[in-house]
Amino acid sequence: MSNEIEAIKDPGLPAHVHRRADTDPKAAAKAERQVAILFLLSALGTITLIASYIFIPQDAFIFFPVLGDTNAHQLFLGLGMAASLFFIGMGAIHWAKTLMPDEEVIIQRHEFRSEDEDRADLIATAKAGAAAAGLGRRSLIKRSLGLSLGLVGLSPLILLRDLGPLPGDELKKTSWKAGTRLVTDPGDRPIRAEDLEVGAVAQTLPEVGEGVHRKLSDIGKDAVLLIRLRPEEFNLDAERLSWTHEGIIAFSKICSHMGCAVALYEQQTKHLLCPCHQSTFDVTRAAKVIFGPSARPLPQLAITVDSEGYLIAKQPFTEPVGPSFWERSS
Amino acid sequence: MTASERIAGTVANYVDERTGAAKWMKKNLNKVFPDHWSFLLGEIALYSFIILLLSGTFLTFWFDPSQREVIYEGAYEPLEGLKMSAAYASTLHISFEIRGGLLMRQIHHWAALIFMAAIVVHLMRVYFTGAFRKPREFNWIIGIGLLTLGIVEGFLGYSLPDDLLSGTGIRIAEAIIQALPVVGSYLAFFAFGGAFPGEAFIPRIYTVHVLLLPGAFLALITIHLMLVWYQKHTQYPGPGRTEKNVVGYPLFPVYMAKAGGFFFIVFGVTAFLGAVASINPIWLYGPYTPGQISAGSQPDWYMGWLDGLVRMSPPLESHVFGHTISWNILIPGLIVPGILFTGMALYPFIESWMTGDKREHHLLDRPRNAPNRTALGVMSLTFMLIALINGGNDIIAITFDLTINQIMWFSRIGIFVLPPLAFVITKRLCLSLQRADRDLVLHGRETGRLVMMPHGEFVEVHEPISPQKAWLLTQHEQNPPLALEESDLRGVRRPGVLKNKLRARLSKAHAVAIPKVTADDLKEIEHH
Repeated sequence: MSNEIEAIKDPGLPAHVHRRADTDPKAAAKAERQVAILFLLSALGTITLIASYIFIPQDAFIFFPVLGDTNAHQLFLGLGMAASLFFIGMGAIHWAKTLMPDEEVIIQRHEFRSEDEDRADLIATAKAGAAAAGLGRRSLIKRSLGLSLGLVGLSPLILLRDLGPLPGDELKKTSWKAGTRLVTDPGDRPIRAEDLEVGAVAQTLPEVGEGVHRKLSDIGKDAVLLIRLRPEEFNLDAERLSWTHEGIIAFSKICSHMGCAVALYEQQTKHLLCPCHQSTFDVTRAAKVIFGPSARPLPQLAITVDSEGYLIAKQPFTEPVGPSFWERSS
Repeated sequence: MTASERIAGTVANYVDERTGAAKWMKKNLNKVFPDHWSFLLGEIALYSFIILLLSGTFLTFWFDPSQREVIYEGAYEPLEGLKMSAAYASTLHISFEIRGGLLMRQIHHWAALIFMAAIVVHLMRVYFTGAFRKPREFNWIIGIGLLTLGIVEGFLGYSLPDDLLSGTGIRIAEAIIQALPVVGSYLAFFAFGGAFPGEAFIPRIYTVHVLLLPGAFLALITIHLMLVWYQKHTQYPGPGRTEKNVVGYPLFPVYMAKAGGFFFIVFGVTAFLGAVASINPIWLYGPYTPGQISAGSQPDWYMGWLDGLVRMSPPLESHVFGHTISWNILIPGLIVPGILFTGMALYPFIESWMTGDKREHHLLDRPRNAPNRTALGVMSLTFMLIALINGGNDIIAITFDLTINQIMWFSRIGIFVLPPLAFVITKRLCLSLQRADRDLVLHGRETGRLVMMPHGEFVEVHEPISPQKAWLLTQHEQNPPLALEESDLRGVRRPGVLKNKLRARLSKAHAVAIPKVTADDLKEIEHH
């Protein structure tokens, strides 16, 4: 193509244009003063920093138009630090740009490929080395070395085994059992049906004995959301309807997608929305997924009331709660 | 001779007498660096890394990386008496009781955001100018490694305070691990020391965040810089600049002063942001508990695209022989990012395979002169941008009064439609710009001066452009596509026909160009 045709010629590096400070001593002196002022501003910044550290109390607040109420201690400490650093940089660059030589310099590159002779030598050396080691001929050594190198990679894996226990059926079960009372979170108070008005939502956990410590890993599986609708608003089969109590329905609060807490309830549409990835569940249809990436409804917890009228679980969850995993069967 | 000249000479003499490095040092102090603003992007990344090391070290003096439960009794009254992890409590302590602690936390977080942004923009500069070509493929791969590690390091870093927002992020990471076929739940239990969240994860990622990954960064950055040093920097094309030379300023003193000064400017600007711009106010989020969440949960920006991909995924899950495969997590969370990053890492080799070009390149391309590459880059960016937009769909929905469903459907369709569209448009734009270059060289610059000819016609006066400009617009190579015959001279089909066909097609697409102006063209036009 056009490569064989005569191309436009490279006119070469343009002639150097001198700066004012190169020719005019007055301009050079001015530039020097400017650099000095910038360095002095930096020093002033450090002094501001020290003064703010010592004299401004940590709980002093100050109002600034854009920032609003701001902690004066942090603000002036930061501004002082910013100035002390920024102006050193500005000074150095101004110095380089106005007073240091700005004449462009040309150096030559070398090709990275070595001389043919050196390359031939290297290749010969490499070949000779490979031949001397004799791996090609001594297949017994080659194979046993391959075996031992392969096995040696296993030892870190073995040694890391105690990082954690095996999952067992931990992912499949929760603390809910038949008869476990639902208690408020926070507060740990048992709940009666009449405590919840129609349209209300409550976050609950299984009741634990007095002084028993709740582990976060239990909350991560046990959190349950109660929602009260009018019973006629449900669109459930007979079994699922029997899992509700007087319009109160209970779902695992742990998203069936990636385990976030499904906390946004929209009263008008009766939709539950997960704030992480916007999986949307229809409460009236047993938390069926109507939008978003989740592939499964939120597991429903069957509830009823005990002899004292407090809400209890009728039975444990019938499926694992939370995000999917390989051993999950449905 | 001034005092400073005498000292410089003495130091040089002292060092040489003990190392014999005079020749080497002379060469390197005189090393020439080409000047261009876009060469500062990588420097910003480097300086942010230094700022991260310094501010991070400060934070470790008070941070307690433990998930042991404590009752808070600190200066921040709204959380008084609450149960929380020691990690969260010590982050509150740094923020409210250590003088300058909040400032350092904010500087550290801002520096992390700037670090990642600088890496991404630096990568774009390297890509669009073709700086990754031979001999710089290694450095490209190291760069992709640094980008990947940066994402992980950033994620681990903002997870450490164990607040409600970051804990939710860890929960999502756990769900991704748990979704891996066969080994998922085992790996999750090993990583977390049992069921999520456990008490082991924060201390473990702390070691990774402050020791393992910074060590890997230091090693990779050192190799990255040594290669830049040894291979010498690329330069933009222009008069007097060739593949065989470097035009610029010597390391000592000009470049040293500029680069050193620039470090202080980056640090100063980061400190300014830390002083005035609140970031990650963890005391507002509260301590992490898996049963709670706040609306509008957003990761840091460099994770946003990943979150956006996960959000837009359709609800796909397979149940086979009593096992579950979560495509809705695996595809957006691992498979697509894996393909993207592998493709990106291999791109220098793919391009050289397409063009058959195995020569060294030290002069950068103007992006318009590599339309295919530029279009591919814009296509990838469009993909990432849509994913990122969807990552903030809840915030965007509230801000612009849209529904989440609208944005989600826009993203789901747009992620397939818009990137190819961006490719086509960009390629056309590049070719148009080439055409404009051609016109400029042939007919000169439009002056805006209208002249009335004797016969009444109005014409605009064109002024020829300078020889320097004409050179800049015509210096690039225009190579023909690879000629890959399907059969050899005797008419026998070559092996690997399909592969060759694909290669020939790609090579042809890559070689599309508007012919650049030659000296002959100019001569011809003078005759008219």
